[in-house]
Amino acid sequence: MLDEAPKILVSVRGLKMHFAIHKGLLRRQVGTVKAVDDVSFDIYEGETLGLVGESGCGKSTAGRSILRLYDPTDGVVELEGQDIVPVTGERLRDLRPAMQMIFQDPQACLNPRMTVGSIIAEPLDEHLKLSRTERRNRVNELMDAVGLNRDFANRYPHEFSGGQRQRIGIARALALNPKFIVCDEPIAALDVSIQAQVVNLLEDLQRKFGLTYLFISHDLSMVRHLATRVAVMYLGKIVELAPRDALYSAPMHPYTQALLSAVPDPDPNAAERKERIILEGDVPSPANPPEGCNFCTRCAQVMDICRKIEPEWRDHGNGHYAACHRLGEA
Amino acid sequence: MPDGAEPILDVSDLKTIFRTRDGEVHAVNNVSFSVAPGELVGVVGESGSGKSVTMMSLMGLLPSPPAEIVGGDIRFDNEDVRKMNPTRLRALRGGDIGFIFQDPMTSLNPVFTVGYQLIEPLRIHLGLSKKQARIRAAELLALVGIPDASKRLSDYPHQFSGGMRQRVMIAIALACDPKVLIADEPTTALDVTIQAQILELIKGLRQKLGMAIIWITHDLGVVAEIADRVLVMYGGQVVEHALVKDLFARPQHPYTRALLETLPRVDGAREERLRSIEGQPPNLSAHPSSCPFAPRCGHVHDRCRSENPARRMVSAGHDVACFWSPPNAG
Ligand SMILES: Nc1ncnc2c1ncn2[C@@H]1O[C@H](COP(=O)(O)OP(=O)(O)O)[C@@H](O)[C@H]1O
Ligand SMILES: Nc1ncnc2c1ncn2[C@@H]1O[C@H](COP(=O)(O)OP(=O)(O)O)[C@@H](O)[C@H]1O
Ligand SMILES: [Mg+2]
Ligand SMILES: [Mg+2]
Repeated sequence: MLDEAPKILVSVRGLKMHFAIHKGLLRRQVGTVKAVDDVSFDIYEGETLGLVGESGCGKSTAGRSILRLYDPTDGVVELEGQDIVPVTGERLRDLRPAMQMIFQDPQACLNPRMTVGSIIAEPLDEHLKLSRTERRNRVNELMDAVGLNRDFANRYPHEFSGGQRQRIGIARALALNPKFIVCDEPIAALDVSIQAQVVNLLEDLQRKFGLTYLFISHDLSMVRHLATRVAVMYLGKIVELAPRDALYSAPMHPYTQALLSAVPDPDPNAAERKERIILEGDVPSPANPPEGCNFCTRCAQVMDICRKIEPEWRDHGNGHYAACHRLGEA
Repeated sequence: MPDGAEPILDVSDLKTIFRTRDGEVHAVNNVSFSVAPGELVGVVGESGSGKSVTMMSLMGLLPSPPAEIVGGDIRFDNEDVRKMNPTRLRALRGGDIGFIFQDPMTSLNPVFTVGYQLIEPLRIHLGLSKKQARIRAAELLALVGIPDASKRLSDYPHQFSGGMRQRVMIAIALACDPKVLIADEPTTALDVTIQAQILELIKGLRQKLGMAIIWITHDLGVVAEIADRVLVMYGGQVVEHALVKDLFARPQHPYTRALLETLPRVDGAREERLRSIEGQPPNLSAHPSSCPFAPRCGHVHDRCRSENPARRMVSAGHDVACFWSPPNAG
């Protein structure tokens, strides 16, 4: 595997997901929320692409559009070379097993009246015709894989802690042997000591089953631990994408620089040394993004051109992409 | 930090129990701490460790039943808080002691303007006239960095962004020149760039106003950045207490040590695998007769399972509730 070019599993081009805003009795459309507005990137087989950015920047919408939980407004999403944006109905259902999602709040997506065993088996029942024994064996296998005691298959979700419920969600996502999993803030609701358990599990499973992850998170330090490459989103757009070490040690985009500098360092001596970039103000509304560069209203290095012309998404060498007028040609 | 200054708030052996239909919850067990004017004490611990209940107990903010403060001594400026009559207690809350909560929307009243919510306490606690209160209210909003302060007095909470709302909360908490400010996870719900703004604001206000601050958080990075001293809570108890640099340089309790080791960072060396703390936090159904961390501790021995260790001094201003000592301690 060493010298082979990495294989692209998911390829996203010009993806847009706009939501209409309706108002009044007649539900007239009064505007659009450009939640995801023209993003392009690839995800390689077996890698973890981190997707970071502040709340509301469009991370979840991007993840859901790629999984075709939404009908994208525009763009191409290829899974192993097949564009899945135009696919609908029964054919889309057939694609589902290959792509799964793990959610932030396992509580909200686990039916409280179903036993853990049947929650994990639900995708099996929906997509496969297994005998009772095969079904039970598969559930046991999955519970083992995520570190849940198989004797607990007949218990209900509320009898489990937050970390264990996340394991149930993961077992369910694994049920149909997916290739690609979108993890949408899977550890955000967990305590620090439990986060590490779940992250280690996700890494073990990735190795064991050759999984590919899109890992959505606002936790920049956890993404540094997990991701092979990282994409930074701001107001519906990806502003920078780079291999992990390059992104953290030499961020190019002023937003990435500010974001990284805002993360509090768990070291009181470093905290004294650190020159912090404090961003002024708030993120503009995605229903009314600024003209030119989306970041121009908060950027400390803003130039005239930034308020007029949208910066181009460019390759700056070694897989380091960014969109900023400050950056010269590659 | 004011060395040896008289504490303004002094709490010893506070013990709070909830009596619920499912049994007792021993939420706070013999918690002792103090805070002096001008000092910022950070309180860290994962969810359920008793941080909020400790602070709510201090101010008599818990509904009884189910809550009962079964023991402890609380002194504000040498006055016994538990013996205060309701009128004095009301004057203390929102007058001498200001509160900031995690979610401003639950503590800001959505049907009143921000100006009204600032002006009311000023009139009640400080006896200002309407006009004086209005001027002071605008000053407060300006102090916490809200542009166009006097115009924004007539806006409602929903007209402010998340970060701005938290600033409004801080302004309200500061309205009556409190001697103590208690902030319960005030930045947990905010994005890192907004959190950085708020931390910067608090650092500036501390210097300007010189009050005592208790800052509750589960984020060791935030503590490293702003605290002078730190209390680490686990299972309703203070398990370690030290000056901030001492805590990060010479952590004593196995829980503190493990927490610091599990934390991924945005810079420095990157671990191939996260250390995790296996197991779950304790359930608090009875008075602890053993160390609450014993089931998850790598240094556990027989005594830890039969006796709850008391806090003992390890060096000046540094104490730990643990029988074990790290090898190079001293
Ligand atoms: N179903 C929807 N209808 C309308 N607006 C939406 C919908 N889902 C998300 N949005 C908006 O799109 C933007 C991006 O949201 P989201 O993808 O959830 O961000 P993130 O996951 O980064 O926090 C937000 O402004 C959000 O309010
Ligand atoms: N109203 C209540 N009734 C019963 N138990 C409670 C109540 N409020 C808090 N607790 C319990 O008290 C313990 C400490 O809670 P809390 O102080 O809120 O933790 P923290 O703020 O550290 O996350 C937890 O076990 C919690 O479940
Ligand atoms: Mg989201
Ligand atoms: Mg709390």
